Amino acid sequence: MSYKSHVSDHSYEVYLFRIRVIVAVIIALILIGGLLVRLAWLQVVDYSHFSKLSESNRIRLMALPPNRGLIYDRNGVLLAENIPTYHLEIIPEQVKDMTATLRELSKIVSLSDADLENFHKQLKVKRSFQRIALRTHLDEKEVARLAVNRYRFPGVDVKARLSRYYPQGESASHAIGYVGRINEKDLRHIDVGNYRGSNYIGKSGLEKFYEKQLHGTVGHQDVEVNAQGRILRVIDKVAPVPGNDLILNLDMALQKQAEIALGDLAGSVIAIEPDTGAVVVFVSKPMFDPNLFVHGISYKDYNKLQHGDNKPLFNRAIFGQYPPGSTLKPFIGLGGLDTGSIDPNEIVNCKGYYLLPGDKTKRKYRDWKKWGHGKVNFETAIEQSCDVYFYELAHRMGIDKIHDFLAKFGFGQKTGIDLYGERKGILPSTEWKKKNRGKIWYPGETLIAGIGQGYMLVTPIQLASATATLASRGERFQPRLLKAIHVADGDKIIPLNPPHERIKLHNKHNWDRIDNAMELVVHGPHGTARATGWGMKFKMAGKTGTAQVFGIAQDAKYDKATIAKKLRDHGLFIGFGPVGHPVLAVAVVAENGEHGSHMAPIARDLIKNYIKKYITTNDAK
Amino acid sequence: MRNNSAQFFDSAYQNRTAKILRFLHIDPLLLFGLLMLMAAGLVILYSAGDGSTALIERQMIRLAIAFTVMFVIAQIPQQQLYLWAPWFFAVGITLLILVLLAGDVGKGAQRWLNLYVVKFQPSEMMKLVTPMMLAWYLSEKPLPPRLPSLLISLVLVAVPTLLIALQPDLGTALLVVTAGFFVVYFGGIQWRVLLGTGLAVLASVPVLWQFMHDYQKQRVLTLLNPESDPLGAGYHIIQSKIAIGSGGLYGKGWFNGTQSQLDFIPERTTDFIFSVFSEEFGTMGAVVLLSIYAFIIIRCLYIAANAQDSFGRLLAGSLSLTFFVYLFVNVGMVSGILPVVGVPLPLVSYGGTSMVTLMAGFGMLMSISTHRRLVTK
Repeated sequence: MSYKSHVSDHSYEVYLFRIRVIVAVIIALILIGGLLVRLAWLQVVDYSHFSKLSESNRIRLMALPPNRGLIYDRNGVLLAENIPTYHLEIIPEQVKDMTATLRELSKIVSLSDADLENFHKQLKVKRSFQRIALRTHLDEKEVARLAVNRYRFPGVDVKARLSRYYPQGESASHAIGYVGRINEKDLRHIDVGNYRGSNYIGKSGLEKFYEKQLHGTVGHQDVEVNAQGRILRVIDKVAPVPGNDLILNLDMALQKQAEIALGDLAGSVIAIEPDTGAVVVFVSKPMFDPNLFVHGISYKDYNKLQHGDNKPLFNRAIFGQYPPGSTLKPFIGLGGLDTGSIDPNEIVNCKGYYLLPGDKTKRKYRDWKKWGHGKVNFETAIEQSCDVYFYELAHRMGIDKIHDFLAKFGFGQKTGIDLYGERKGILPSTEWKKKNRGKIWYPGETLIAGIGQGYMLVTPIQLASATATLASRGERFQPRLLKAIHVADGDKIIPLNPPHERIKLHNKHNWDRIDNAMELVVHGPHGTARATGWGMKFKMAGKTGTAQVFGIAQDAKYDKATIAKKLRDHGLFIGFGPVGHPVLAVAVVAENGEHGSHMAPIARDLIKNYIKKYITTNDAK
Repeated sequence: MRNNSAQFFDSAYQNRTAKILRFLHIDPLLLFGLLMLMAAGLVILYSAGDGSTALIERQMIRLAIAFTVMFVIAQIPQQQLYLWAPWFFAVGITLLILVLLAGDVGKGAQRWLNLYVVKFQPSEMMKLVTPMMLAWYLSEKPLPPRLPSLLISLVLVAVPTLLIALQPDLGTALLVVTAGFFVVYFGGIQWRVLLGTGLAVLASVPVLWQFMHDYQKQRVLTLLNPESDPLGAGYHIIQSKIAIGSGGLYGKGWFNGTQSQLDFIPERTTDFIFSVFSEEFGTMGAVVLLSIYAFIIIRCLYIAANAQDSFGRLLAGSLSLTFFVYLFVNVGMVSGILPVVGVPLPLVSYGGTSMVTLMAGFGMLMSISTHRRLVTK
C-alpha cells in the first residue's frame, strides 16, 4: 500500500468516524430529550393527578386481609372461628412524655419486661407516626380500664384484630389442625401478594389441607392519611373476598364420646359412613390444644407436645402404623373364600399349634389359645379368632394372592383422606420383600401374615376405610372429613362427592358369610367380643385384634409401672352395624390396650348413638 | 504549519493549572463534568439516605477509590492499552471460565472469583475489555469493516457475552453486547447492515417471548400495565411515578419529598435515586442533571473524534455511548418507560460495583485525550 493511499484511507476513516460521532450525538440528545419529555409529561401534564396521589402525603395503599373461613361440624357446631382480640398500641409522636405514660399505663394493664423491651426496640426502628404494639391480647377488664382512662393517654389506642380461635379446645384437634404465623418456609410456596395483610396460615390438619379455600382473596384500599399516620378517608377500595367455610362430616357429639371412651390410652378411633365415605369420628389421642399455636407457642411447650409423653402432636390416625393382628382375619378369610382356597364348610382341627407341611424343623406355630379351639369352620374360626385355621388358609393362598386381595381394600396404599402426610402402612408380598429387605420370602412368614402380624402394618384410617368397604359390600370410598364448602359470596353450599370404586367378588354370597361370621364375634356363644353383645338392641358385626408390642426403646426415664404398661399389647377392634344395613363402620386402635375385646364397646356405643341420632329420627319422619 | 499548531496548543494552555492537569494527564472539561455530577449525587444521596452522614462517608470513600483508579489508568498511554488489549481479553475470558468452574455463588448466580485478598467480578472487567479487544481488532483492518471482519467481531463479542449470560447475569451480558456494538458502529458498519440487523432483532421478539421465564414475562407485562398488580411487581413503578409526577416543575424541595422521606420509594438510595431527585427538584432539576450528563457524553465523544488513531477513536466512542446507555436505561426505568432491570444511575447511585468500572473507563478516555504523540511522519 502506497503512502498516499494510506493517507487517503486514514483521512476517509476520520471523516467516516466524525459522521458517526455526529449521528451519535444527535441520537443521544434526542433520547435525552425524550426522557425530559417523559419527565415533563409526568411532572407537568399529569402533575395534578400524581400530586393528588402524593399531596400532603398521603395516599397509602393498604391491604385488606380477607376473613378466614370458619369450620363447622356436620350439624353446624363451630370448630374454628375468628374472634376479636384487643391490642394496646402507641403512636410515639403523639405521646408527650413516654416514660411517664408507660409508668401510668403499667398501673392499668400488666406489662412484662419483655413487652417493654420489645416496645423500646420497635421505637428505635419505626417512624414516629407508626403504631407500635405495646401489649397484645388484653383481657376484658384491661380493655374496660383503658376505655375509662383513655382521656389521660393521648397517642395510646386499643385496636381490635381478628384472630383464630378453636372453641372446642383439644377436641378433634388432629382433624382440624391449627393456624400459625406465616414463616419464611410458608412464603416460598404461597402467593405473597394474596397474603399481604394476613397474619396466619394453616399449619396442619384441615386448616392446612384446605388453606386455599379458607384463606380467601386479599382486597386493598387507597387511603389518605395525615402526617400522624391517621387515616382520613378512603379514596378507592377493592373489598377482600372472605374465605369459604368448611362443613365437616364430623359429628362433635360422637367425636367427644369416642375421645372420652378411649380414656387415658393413646390410640385412634375412626368412624366412617360405609355408603358415603364420610368420616364421622376422627380421634387421635393424646390430643393438644390448637389455640396454643395461634399466637406463637413457646419452645418449651412445643417440645413437650412434639416429644413429650405419648407425643400429642403425632396424628396416630394417619401417621400411626400398627400390626393389625386378628382384625385382618375377616379380609383374609374373605380372600380365602373368594379365591376358592377354602370351602366355607370345611372343618379344620385346631390343636393349639400348626406345623408347616414339609418343614423339617417341625417348628410349632402356636394358636393364642394354648389347648386349641378344636374343630372349627370358617364362621367359628372368625368368631373365636382361631389362628391355626388362618395359618392353614394363608398357607393355601400364598402371600402374593393375599397381597393382591388385600390391596383391593386399600391396604398398603394411602386412603386419600383429605389430610397431608398420610402413611401407606405395609402390605407385604414376595416382590415387596425382595425390594425392601433384599431377601426371598419364607413360607413361615406367610403364616404370620395370615394372622396380621410380621411385616404387615396398617394405619387406623386404612383399617377404618377397609372396614367401611366390608360393610358396604365392596363400595370403597375415599374417606372424607369435608362434607361441603360454604361459599360466602352468594351463600352457596357445594357438596363434595368423594370418588369411589367397587370391589367385585366371584361369589357375592361371600359377603353374607363374612357378615355372619363377624356377627358371631359379637353375638355368638363363643365370640371374642360376646361380652359387648349382651343386651344390644341391634346386631353388630365385628372383629377383635391384639397386636404384640415388639419391645420398646429402653428409656431410664420411665418408672417400672410405666414400662410395664408400655409393654402391654395393642388392642384393636373393627366393627359395623346394624348387620344387613350398616350405617357406620368403626375402627379402634388402642396402644397398650391389652385386648381388642376391651375396645368393642367403644364401637358399639358409637353406632348406637349414631342410629339414635340419625336413623330413628329419619324413620319417624 | 506544525510549529504553528504547537504554538497555538501551548498558548491555549498558558496558565499554571492547565499545565499541571496536562502533566497529570487529566482532561479538565471531563474532570469538571464528573465532579459536578458527583457533587449533585452526594447532595441527593444525603436526602435519600435520611441525612445519614455515615452513608455519605462510605460513598465518598468509594468515589475516592474510583477516582484513584481513573487517575492511575489515565497515566497509561493509549499505545500501551493497545498492546495490552489482546492479553487482557485472553485473561478476561480465562477468568470468566474460571468463574463458571469455581466461582462463588452470590444471589443465585456465579459472578465472583475469590482471589483470597479480594473478591473479583470478571464480568465487570469485560465491560471495558471487550470494546478494547474489538477496537484493537478493527483498528488493524481497513474501515469500514468487511463481512469477514464483521463475523470475527461477532465472535469476539459473543464469547464473553455467552460466558456472562451463563453465570447467569443477563444485565451485564447485554451491556457487553452494547459496548461491542458501539465499537462496530463507530468502525463504520454500513447503515443498511445496521438497518437489516435492527429489523431482524425486531422480528425475533415474538420468538424470544416464547423462551422467556415467567418472571421475565411478568416484568414486561407489569411495565405495560403496572396498575394490574399494585401490591406486587407494579409497586416500584407506581410509587416511583407518583414521586416523579408529584415533584412538578420545581420540585418539593430538598428533604421535602414525601414519597421519598416516607419510605414509599423502594431502593431509593440505589436504583431509584433519580425518583428522589425528581420529586425534590422537579423538572428543572432534571434538566440540570441531564445537562451535566449530556455535557459529559458530548465531551467524551469530542475526545473520541479527536483521538489520534483508530484504536483510540473506537474505544473512546464505545465507552462514551455505554455511559449514555446506563443513564438512559436507569431514567427510563424509574419513569416507567423501560422495565425494572436493576441498572444504577451512573456515578450517583449509592454503592454499586459498576462505579469503579465506569471511572476506569473515564481513565482510558483521559489517557486517549492527553497522551498525544507528536506525529513526526
